[in-house]
Amino acid sequence: MAYSTKAKEFYTSELKGMRASGTFKEERYIQSPQAANIKVEYPLGAAPKEVINFCANNYLGLSSHPEVVEAAHKGLDTRGYGMSSVRFICGTQDIHHELEKKLTEFLGTEDTILFASCMDANAAIFDVVLDKDDAMIADRLVHASIVDGIKLCKAQLYNYKHSNMAHLEEKLQEASGCRLRMIITDGVFSMDGDIAKLDKIVELAEKYEAMILVDDSHATGFMGKHGRGSHEYYNVVGKIDVITTTLGKALGGASGGCVSGRREIVELCRQRARPYLFSNTVPPVIVAAARKVLDVISITTDRRDKLEANTKYFREKITQAGFDIKEGVHPIVPIMLYNAKLAQDMAHDLYGEGIYVIGFSFPVVPKGQARIRVQISAAHEQEHLDTAITAFTKIGEKYKILGKKKEEIIQMYGL
Amino acid sequence: MGEDLKQLIINYVKREYLEEDADQEITENTPLISSGIVDSFSMVSLKTFLEKKLQIKIPDEKATTDAFDTINNIINLLKEFIKE
Repeated sequence: MAYSTKAKEFYTSELKGMRASGTFKEERYIQSPQAANIKVEYPLGAAPKEVINFCANNYLGLSSHPEVVEAAHKGLDTRGYGMSSVRFICGTQDIHHELEKKLTEFLGTEDTILFASCMDANAAIFDVVLDKDDAMIADRLVHASIVDGIKLCKAQLYNYKHSNMAHLEEKLQEASGCRLRMIITDGVFSMDGDIAKLDKIVELAEKYEAMILVDDSHATGFMGKHGRGSHEYYNVVGKIDVITTTLGKALGGASGGCVSGRREIVELCRQRARPYLFSNTVPPVIVAAARKVLDVISITTDRRDKLEANTKYFREKITQAGFDIKEGVHPIVPIMLYNAKLAQDMAHDLYGEGIYVIGFSFPVVPKGQARIRVQISAAHEQEHLDTAITAFTKIGEKYKILGKKKEEIIQMYGL
Repeated sequence: MGEDLKQLIINYVKREYLEEDADQEITENTPLISSGIVDSFSMVSLKTFLEKKLQIKIPDEKATTDAFDTINNIINLLKEFIKE
């Protein structure tokens, strides 16, 4: 056995350090399907508690939708459980191909390739399409999976201040000597819920002959008039060269992701993308359900319309209640508290009131920007939203922060 | 090196990492990375800037977050690569 005392002590001390610094993450056991109302065991061993979920990426409320669950059952019955192979040996079924076609149509692109996750898609894509003579020009707040994908690629890295188009233009000029340039951004940024300025990015990309990659995981299914994503929201469908996105959020929330975009790029992914070549793809049961999800949201926009209305309602009411929120239109609603302990304490108290939300602080968000992130869903009914507003108001009163602006909250609680 | 280099880096950090309306003071001892002004992902801009400006190559293993945490630390690192 080579697991020495030295190794054990080292790992134990690492874990102890995480606990001491408050970065140790604990799981909460949900004893029900993912939905607006869930039953949670927390802390571990406690009696399960009924709470309203405001921290899932279940934007369209499709995670446990009866038609989706039924489609999953049918998929299991007709195509089995596992593939026991990577795609290019014997791991591709007709339904994988059909789902890729449906995603292509929905996203308004040329072609699509599935990955086991969007994390895998982002880990793969840069190394497939760029090399050392090329440039990656990324927004500084891109998702961690993009950062990891960038690290795996030999292309030269430039990054620009978050959503700062003048700075992006400077970087495009700096990278003008490179063979190929790719602007890289999230469509919607997960901590603030703000949307990348894709209309301006397209203009700059055309001016400097750069490709665009957008990770649209927090937008696919509901942003834009038909829910196609942030590119539809900014009316630039067809102008984004690569979209990476997930099936793990609005589109049923199980797992799986994709690269969708220019035909040649997708084809190259099938030849070169390492997570695609050396790992099984999304299992048949998920593929069958995801096809149904795309059918459901292509027939009607009811769910994304309801999400939009819920978001507008919650944002208005929580602001009227006196909370300081990041303005916007996205169902991610950051309730700004600035102080990490205040965010944690309030999230804890809200859980006591039956509202499941999480406090976020450094290093997940910048120092002094601690907040509670509320995520609205089409699964929420107005009574859910009203219950949350009432609970937030009660806890906000307890901490005397209602009606207080940033400076006042910082004065009361520090940074 | 000395003062000129220090000012060069201060100016770059302000321009590259702070918002135009920020009134934050940056000195040679201001923590850059541990304070969150620069994160490990955006640190690459500073490294590339120094390499191009000073015509040196800083190996990745030397470009640690500690070595880049203050302008004083950065100047100490650069001494290894710049011939006086």
